[in-house]
Amino acid sequence: MTIKQLSVFLENKPGQLAGIMKTLAEADVNIVTLSLANAPEFGIVRMIADDHVKGADALAKAGYAVRETEVVAVTVPDRPGGMADLTAKLDRAGVDIEYSYAYSLGHGEKAILVFRFDDNAKAEAALAAEQT
Amino acid sequence: MNPISKPDFTPVPELRKMQLAKLQKLIPYEYEHVALFRQRCDEKGVKPRDLVTLADLAKFPFMKKTDLRDEYPLGLTAAPMHDIVRFHCSSGTTGKPICIPSTQGDLDIWSEGAARCLAMYGITQDDVVQVSYGYGLFTGGLGAHYGAERLGCAVLPTGAGNTEKQIMLMQDLGVTVICCTPSYFLHLATVAEKMGIDFRRDTKLKHGVFGAEPWTDEIRERIEQISGITAHDIYGLTEIAGPGVAGNCQHCHGLHIWEDHFYPEIIDPDTLEVLPDGEQGELVFTTLDRLGTPMVRYRTRDISRLQTGECPCGRTMRVMDRIHARSDDMLIIHGVNVFPSQIEACLMKVPEVAPHYMIDLSSTDTMDRFEIKVEVTAEAFSDDIRALEGLRRRVLDAVKSVVGLSPKITLVAPGSLPRSEGKIKRVIDNRRK
Repeated sequence: MTIKQLSVFLENKPGQLAGIMKTLAEADVNIVTLSLANAPEFGIVRMIADDHVKGADALAKAGYAVRETEVVAVTVPDRPGGMADLTAKLDRAGVDIEYSYAYSLGHGEKAILVFRFDDNAKAEAALAAEQT
Repeated sequence: MNPISKPDFTPVPELRKMQLAKLQKLIPYEYEHVALFRQRCDEKGVKPRDLVTLADLAKFPFMKKTDLRDEYPLGLTAAPMHDIVRFHCSSGTTGKPICIPSTQGDLDIWSEGAARCLAMYGITQDDVVQVSYGYGLFTGGLGAHYGAERLGCAVLPTGAGNTEKQIMLMQDLGVTVICCTPSYFLHLATVAEKMGIDFRRDTKLKHGVFGAEPWTDEIRERIEQISGITAHDIYGLTEIAGPGVAGNCQHCHGLHIWEDHFYPEIIDPDTLEVLPDGEQGELVFTTLDRLGTPMVRYRTRDISRLQTGECPCGRTMRVMDRIHARSDDMLIIHGVNVFPSQIEACLMKVPEVAPHYMIDLSSTDTMDRFEIKVEVTAEAFSDDIRALEGLRRRVLDAVKSVVGLSPKITLVAPGSLPRSEGKIKRVIDNRRK
């Protein structure tokens, strides 16, 4: 399923992430998961929040460069070959993965991963058969 | 002593008489041929015949860098194109350069000045001189080149860049003198070290002729210590002549000005009053012999002082303090004139960045570090790293195309740079002073 993600620009200096976290905490927004991406001179923090609208609002008001983007949450069977099946499907559909990070590792049977594809809709269609 | 050094020792009374005689020719010439000067004299109610003593020069109007830009390209040219043999240009704040056309006589005086500097440093006809200043519109390369040739040295015109090859040629041709910016020399030394080359052991290098950017005694000591050469200071500016206006002898803590050609004054940059020798202020030059683009009382923006007393070397030419500061906001980075407003103009061409920026200059062990911090707008921020890297690249290209340098571009968060209602500080210069 497609879900909203918050992406925030991070300067490459200490205390940047702390400021973002503090802003979200004060807005009473819970972060479900996050991932940090870095280029040589800056970074991007990507988050799934319980209330992305409130989160985006709070961050923008605090002066952060924030963007709401769509990502796809995919359930992956927690067994050898689970990820292989999924990526084989994507490969056949000709979909590129831009990035991915864990949403929830579950408790034994399933893991949920967040994906950003070059074409989210196409990827979702290709994966539809895999969803359980 | 090389005969070219003879004028360095002109007795002071004779020198002053010569300067006055030259000024009494120059001022009417400038008045006749340069409309801006004539107009300003008329506004001040001063006539060329009012110049009776050297002190009377203070009655005449100043020329500034903005005048050179406003009168670009040929508004301040006094000689007909028939007599012009070369142009030199340097950058201005708005991308519009200043242009200095020279006659053959002007170039001869400049070469003489540079040659007299080299001779003063102890360089002779037997030396092999590598010129690693940039050649072209910039005066550094050609100035050092013609000065060294004038002295009869063997010149290796490498220009700047291609450092490993420069080091190879330096070894193969037995180079004894290098002319470049001090920061380039430090870079050269770093590269040489990586190549396993020791200047003392593997080259014949004895002298370095350094200029085109402000540098400090600490850098001089460092250069001498790592390379075993003697570091000499050469001063010049495109508006007056290139390198060769002044240089240091082995005794003085400063630079002898060839004031038989370039007449110096020190003024208070606020009141514009002439200050007596010994006091610090803005350096002002009048070209005594130049015909292509004569300059009367050109304000260099360089802060210096004309020292009092006699130099043990016996030269009568006055000594100015080495330049550590400029009285306006022009930055000299790697020998290149850079104005913050130029950077601003470049950034304005990239819509995704806010017009908020900070120029951050610092010194690493060997080089000046040039960084521009620029705010990415909230609108332009994307989740895509490649898009942001592309943006950074476009900012770099925009700056590079105008300034000719490749600063480090750092994207920062919107609103993170200081704001101010009034005059904002756009430059943090933490380079070694």
